[in-house]
Amino acid sequence: MTTTTAPRAVAPPSEGRKQAQRKNTWISRGLLSPAVIFLILLTQIPFVVTIGFSTIRWNLLYPLQRGFTGIDNYKAALSSGDLWPAIVATVLITAFAVVFSLLFGLLFAVLLDRNLPGRAIARTLMITPFLIMPAAASLIWKYSMFDTNIGMVNWALQLLHLPIVSWSTEHPMASVVIVLTWQFTPFMMLILLAGLQGQSREVLEAAQVDGAGAWRTFTWITLPHLRMYIEIGVLLGSVIIIQVFDPVAILTKGTGGTKTLAYLLYERAFIGLNIGEAAAYGVVTVVLTIIVATVALKTLFKVFMAGGER
Amino acid sequence: MTRSAKNTLINIGTWLLVLIFFFPVFWMFVNGFKPEAIASSVHPKVIFHPVMTGYHLAMDRGMPDYLRNSIIAATSATVITVVLGIPAAYALSIRKVRSVENSLSFFISTRFMPLAAVVLPLYMILKNLDLLDNIWMLAIVYGAVNLPVTVWMLRSFFLEVPLEIIEAARVDGAGLFREIVRIVLPLVLPGIAAAALITFIFSWNEYFLATLLTSSEARTTPPFLGSFVDGRGQFLAVLSAAATIAALPVIAAGWIAQKQLVRGLSMGAIK
Repeated sequence: MTTTTAPRAVAPPSEGRKQAQRKNTWISRGLLSPAVIFLILLTQIPFVVTIGFSTIRWNLLYPLQRGFTGIDNYKAALSSGDLWPAIVATVLITAFAVVFSLLFGLLFAVLLDRNLPGRAIARTLMITPFLIMPAAASLIWKYSMFDTNIGMVNWALQLLHLPIVSWSTEHPMASVVIVLTWQFTPFMMLILLAGLQGQSREVLEAAQVDGAGAWRTFTWITLPHLRMYIEIGVLLGSVIIIQVFDPVAILTKGTGGTKTLAYLLYERAFIGLNIGEAAAYGVVTVVLTIIVATVALKTLFKVFMAGGER
Repeated sequence: MTRSAKNTLINIGTWLLVLIFFFPVFWMFVNGFKPEAIASSVHPKVIFHPVMTGYHLAMDRGMPDYLRNSIIAATSATVITVVLGIPAAYALSIRKVRSVENSLSFFISTRFMPLAAVVLPLYMILKNLDLLDNIWMLAIVYGAVNLPVTVWMLRSFFLEVPLEIIEAARVDGAGLFREIVRIVLPLVLPGIAAAALITFIFSWNEYFLATLLTSSEARTTPPFLGSFVDGRGQFLAVLSAAATIAALPVIAAGWIAQKQLVRGLSMGAIK
């Protein structure tokens, strides 16, 4: 008797719980789906279509010659001698800009973590270059800083009796990197500053008591503590800068080894009207981004997950 | 050297570096108020009689229209990301059903997809539908670009809501809608504001998509500024004035919301 009633007594609630759970899952899916569908429509599907575009011969000037070509667009991209320099330009600009803005960001973060008079104002001034519209920043640097006649950089060089430099034509790569570094230093600084403020005072004081100097404390305690923040800054910074377009379009128009993948795609699609080949550049950009991102993403995802768990 | 002397020296050095770093912004602001002849002079002047000529000229070039388009694109994108982001982030934090957790990596990988990967099909589709140069289409695309960041960021705020409060509401028989709107949203209002701010900043400043998907009617401010590159003659004053107007809304918003900025930039990973 007991053996037959026990399951009957247990079964209904478990059935009910399962049902509630199923309902729960469906409600969650319902809450998620608008955002997911929206993103699939506007990013995932276009990306798949881009891959499709990259396998067809398609020049808007000759619409009748449209047809499947397989990997010919990639071959053309490689043999025209545009693709490889664009990859090099993109990687170099990204690497230099990320490294320099990280170093400057670290310097400013350490300096502004100190007890500086007017610290709040200094921090406010420091974040401004990141907030300023990139198109405006590039123009300001091009004309009021780099210009050979009225640029303040050249005015300063003159004061020091140094020769005047026509930055955006003589050193196009350096010009783009300088503007990007200027814009992204505050970004790195903000992230590293958050890291510095999260440092435990006790550990620092203990190090001081143990007789560790400022430099030793910094390299042995602060830097390891900042590692996670540096990783976040580098990953997020690279993923944004790898798409760099604004300073290239405004400062150099892709001359002098600064033709990044984004600019090349723009040129090929919207000036050359060659959709097929431009799509190939888009796909290459994704591959490059994946390579750069996966290098750090695994570690980073752990960091995000650890920070987000209850 | 005594400790305090050394400290003072570092303080002075820090301020010097900060001011050098800020100088281009300051110079932009100052040049906007100069008469063109002084702004474009070989000898930089700090003391001059300020005029509004640069601002008037910038406005005469049609800037009000570009600004209006920028406002429409940035605010609509912000509304889209918040409206779609809140339920999604809610499902990914407070409800936490295992089978939907995979969406987290979906959102983060979408965040990292370069614009170059999606712009051509979007352009061709909009072209065929005769919707190129339409400000609402640009706003929708901006909404999609910024949605992943918004979801991640909102999720990090939602995770901080104490479960007890939500459970208490459920015990009181609050429905799902009531639970979200009356209980959770008021608690995460600062987070929503921060997420909205990030979308607004990125949409307001965006140049690549704006250049490609708009041409005249729907042109936003960044491509308008970009058109100064082809200018002839002296135009530093009008350029500086236009750049100041274009940059000011975001600079002001960022200054006010400094504390939330780092959290938004790190997608909620750093608090």
